[in-house]
Amino acid sequence: MVNNRTDLELITSLVDKEARILDVGCGNGELLKSLKNKKNVKGQGLELKQERVNKCVAKGLSAIQGNADSDLSLYPDQSFDCVILSQTIQATNNPKNILIELIRIGKKAIISIPNFGYWKVRLGFATHGKMPITEKLSNNWYDTPNIHLCSILDFVDLCRELNIKIEKTIVLNSNNTKSFNGAPNSWSNFFGEEAIFLIKN
Amino acid sequence: MNSDQNKLPCSYFTDNKPLLLENGTSIDELTVAYESYGKLNKDKSNAIIICHALSGDQFVASKNPLTDKDGWWARMVGSGKPIDTDKYFVICANVLGGCLGSTGPTSINPKTGEEYGLNFPVITISDMVNAQLRLIQYLEIEKLLSVIGGSMGGMQVLEWAASYPDKILSAIPIATSSRHTAQNIAFHELGRQAIMADPDWHGGNYIKAGSNPTKGLSIARMTAHVTYLSEASLTKKFGRRLQDKEEISFGFDADFQIESYLRHQGLTFVDRFDANSYLYITRAMDYFDLEKTHKKSLTEIYSKTNIKFLITSFTGDWLYPPSENLMIVRALSAGGADVSFVNINSDKGHDAFLLEEPEFDDAMRGFINSVSLEANI
Repeated sequence: MVNNRTDLELITSLVDKEARILDVGCGNGELLKSLKNKKNVKGQGLELKQERVNKCVAKGLSAIQGNADSDLSLYPDQSFDCVILSQTIQATNNPKNILIELIRIGKKAIISIPNFGYWKVRLGFATHGKMPITEKLSNNWYDTPNIHLCSILDFVDLCRELNIKIEKTIVLNSNNTKSFNGAPNSWSNFFGEEAIFLIKN
Repeated sequence: MNSDQNKLPCSYFTDNKPLLLENGTSIDELTVAYESYGKLNKDKSNAIIICHALSGDQFVASKNPLTDKDGWWARMVGSGKPIDTDKYFVICANVLGGCLGSTGPTSINPKTGEEYGLNFPVITISDMVNAQLRLIQYLEIEKLLSVIGGSMGGMQVLEWAASYPDKILSAIPIATSSRHTAQNIAFHELGRQAIMADPDWHGGNYIKAGSNPTKGLSIARMTAHVTYLSEASLTKKFGRRLQDKEEISFGFDADFQIESYLRHQGLTFVDRFDANSYLYITRAMDYFDLEKTHKKSLTEIYSKTNIKFLITSFTGDWLYPPSENLMIVRALSAGGADVSFVNINSDKGHDAFLLEEPEFDDAMRGFINSVSLEANI
């Protein structure tokens, strides 16, 4: 499985120094902290669970409780240099609308997704005929928060439909990471367990 | 209470430059009674102001000489506490209109040589903040590291941030609101009516008449005190338990513990508070409406602010509920401000901000540390 830390480091590498950041679904603030330490960003977090928000604030990070589906509309146009949505879009009610909002409030956005086109997911479904369970997608169909899963190619299609420019893609699995200027190729959709997209309007 | 022979042991600042008030009049001789803790550093960058609530005072972290009790926020402010007096210079001033040394209705009106009483002008939250600003200028502090306060203290914090954004680096309004709601005003009106219905109030001239409307003031305090608690905390603390008896008395004595507790709260309050001050301060809170005063929306008031905010609410607070605090958070976010919001799970009601809430302490400590790191302190 892709290490969480790798994911974190790769996202950090895509962020400019001293940028104004919004981390949507910031959890306990791990990424915000890494960005603050390594890139000296001015970071804000938005997190659904209040206990996690309290933890962020206790660590000296700025965070508020809120919902990605309803609360992004609060923020003015282009109010952040970069908006980050890490491993969260698949759990939102309206991913399309969220994508539009991310690009509206941020000059850039970084989105990471678990890839439903990954070969292990395909193999799991093809051989067992049941909803696939992998290290990355470890919930049962009935208790998963992931209600809008997609593959790398699905995501690329949606960006195209919305006229969103994919500047960079990093595709990763447990063995290696591969960077693309622009959208990735279809091999990535097979071998990539996860993808990180840097997008802009 | 303000006459020289009864002067409380704390610091005093007096200013003969008139303080212009929101109602158009002025206070010609201003006194601000305050306490300070810790040391102001060389570049005067480690100062924090704590704004007290309605019934609070300047004795935030030191023994109150009137009650001989610990400071009202001694658990938050002090050596090694979240607001660490080893590191910061902490100031807390009795509000304008108060009765513990700052100019208020018990002070002598220089024009008449007698106590102001009801001739004291009706003051507002922004007048209180302007009096604090005078103190800060007197102490030659250019910029405050933080302005912190709960309840009415939180209103002062919001007003500081709205009127003097260049003078503060961070703001911590706690369990507060950007305007008083009808429910808030309603409870205050009950208190004021209780005071004014007391024959010992004498139309506000009780000092001259040699009396004190202690009955009215203690009822006001009892009413208010209930609003600071919650049903859960009352049930937990008192339930239907009886006070020093096995059976109900079929009379109107304090049968229940809650009755006895409230009577005690009322009785002890009158020893440390002035009835007219209570009228003036509750009025200032009722008049508080940031958007109306600044003639702008909350978002506009704080748009482009560089102040770092921490907003805190408590789930069991029905006087200044999380929704009121969240409204401020939303406005700040919409204005692009750097804002944090913690909603602390507590069943202790509005008073939770003064009580043991470890999660709240952690948030305070973390936030203040991050602000002082950014300010290189």
